[in-house]
Amino acid sequence: MSKLQVSVYRYNPESDDAPWMQDFEIDTQGRDLMVLNVLQMIKEQDSSLVYRASCREGVCGSDGMNMNGRNGLSCVTPLSQVVKNDRLVLRPLPGLPVIRDLIIDMSLFYKQYERIHPYLQNDERPPSTERLQSPEDRDKLDGLYECILCACCSTSCPSFWWNPDKFVGPAGLLQAYRFLADSRDTHTRERLAELDDPFSVFRCRGIMNCVNVCPKGLNPTRAIGKIREMLVSHTA
Amino acid sequence: MVSSIFNPGRNGVSDWLIQRVSAVVLGLYTLFLLAWFLFNPSPDYYAWAGLFGSFWMKAFTLLALLSIAAHAWVGLWTVATDYIKPAAVRNGFVMFIILALFVFVVWGVQVIWGV
Ligand code: SF4
Ligand code: SF4
Ligand code: FES
Repeated sequence: MSKLQVSVYRYNPESDDAPWMQDFEIDTQGRDLMVLNVLQMIKEQDSSLVYRASCREGVCGSDGMNMNGRNGLSCVTPLSQVVKNDRLVLRPLPGLPVIRDLIIDMSLFYKQYERIHPYLQNDERPPSTERLQSPEDRDKLDGLYECILCACCSTSCPSFWWNPDKFVGPAGLLQAYRFLADSRDTHTRERLAELDDPFSVFRCRGIMNCVNVCPKGLNPTRAIGKIREMLVSHTA
Repeated sequence: MVSSIFNPGRNGVSDWLIQRVSAVVLGLYTLFLLAWFLFNPSPDYYAWAGLFGSFWMKAFTLLALLSIAAHAWVGLWTVATDYIKPAAVRNGFVMFIILALFVFVVWGVQVIWGV
C-alpha cells in the first residue's frame, strides 16, 4: 500500500477554457516524502506541470500551496501530515489569480506589503557607528522578523479573500507591527495614521486561520491585536 | 480606499469602539431585563407601566435602542462591503439599512415616550 493518488490543479490560460484536475499515481515506496518530492516525481511523468520552489528547506517561501485543503510549504510538509486514505489534492493558494497551474499572481499580496513601508524609518541623525538597541527591545522583534512572505496566511484568510485590495492581511500586518515594535523606528504616528480606516487592520475578524497555517509558527493575530491596541490608545 | 457617499471619512478605530461600547450597553440592558423578570415572573399591565413609566427606564431603553441601531449599522455596513461587490447593489443595500434603522429608531422613540 504505497501507491499515492495525487490530484493536481491544472490551468493554462493559453490552452484551457477552465481549470481542471489531473490525476497521477505515485509510488512512494512507503517513504514519508515531502509533498515537493511528489511534485518532482509528477513532473517526471508530465513535464508541462509548473510550480514554484527554490530552497526546498522552508526558507525562501516560494512553494506555498494548498495541500488537501490546507495551506503550507510543500518542501517542509511530509505526506504523513496531510495525506488521508492515500489521496492528495494539490491546488494553488486560494484567493489570488492563477497564472498557471500551481503558480499564483502575488501582486496584490506584495502591494499590501509595500503599503506598510517594510523598512526602518528614523529621522534622527544617524550615529557614527550603528543604532543600538537594548536586548529587551531586540526581544520584541522575535516572532515577527522570521516571516518569509510565503503568503500561506493571507491566502487562508477570508477577510483577505473578500478585500485583498483594502485589507492589508496577516502577513503585511505582522510586518507592520514588526516596525511599530522596533525601538529604532520613529515613524510610529505616521504608520498608525495609515492603518486607521475600517479596512486595513479592522477587517481582521480574529478567525485565526493565519495562525493555524503559518509554516514558521508565527502569530499574526496577536500582532494585529497589538496594532489595534496602539491605534485605540493613540486615538483616545 | 472605498470612497462613496455611504462611506464618509469612516474611521476604523471609532467603528471598533462603537461596536464594543454598544455591545456592553446591550449586555447590561439584557441583564437588567432578565433580573427584572426574575422578580416579576408574570408581570401585569401595572408592573409594565410602572417599569417603563419611570424616566430612567425610558432613558436606558432609548440608550439601548440607539446602541442597537449603531451596532447594526457598523455590522451590516461591514457585511455589505465584505460580500456585496457590485457598487450599485451595495449602495442600494446600505441605503436600505439606513432607512430601516431610521424608521426603527423613530418608531422606538415614539413607543418609549408614549408610555
Ligand atoms: S506570517 Fe507565516 S504564513 Fe504568513 S507570510 Fe509570514 S511565514 Fe508565511
Ligand atoms: S485572524 Fe485576522 S488576519 Fe488572521 S486569518 Fe483571521 S481574519 Fe485573517
Ligand atoms: S522551496 Fe523554499 S520554502 Fe519551500
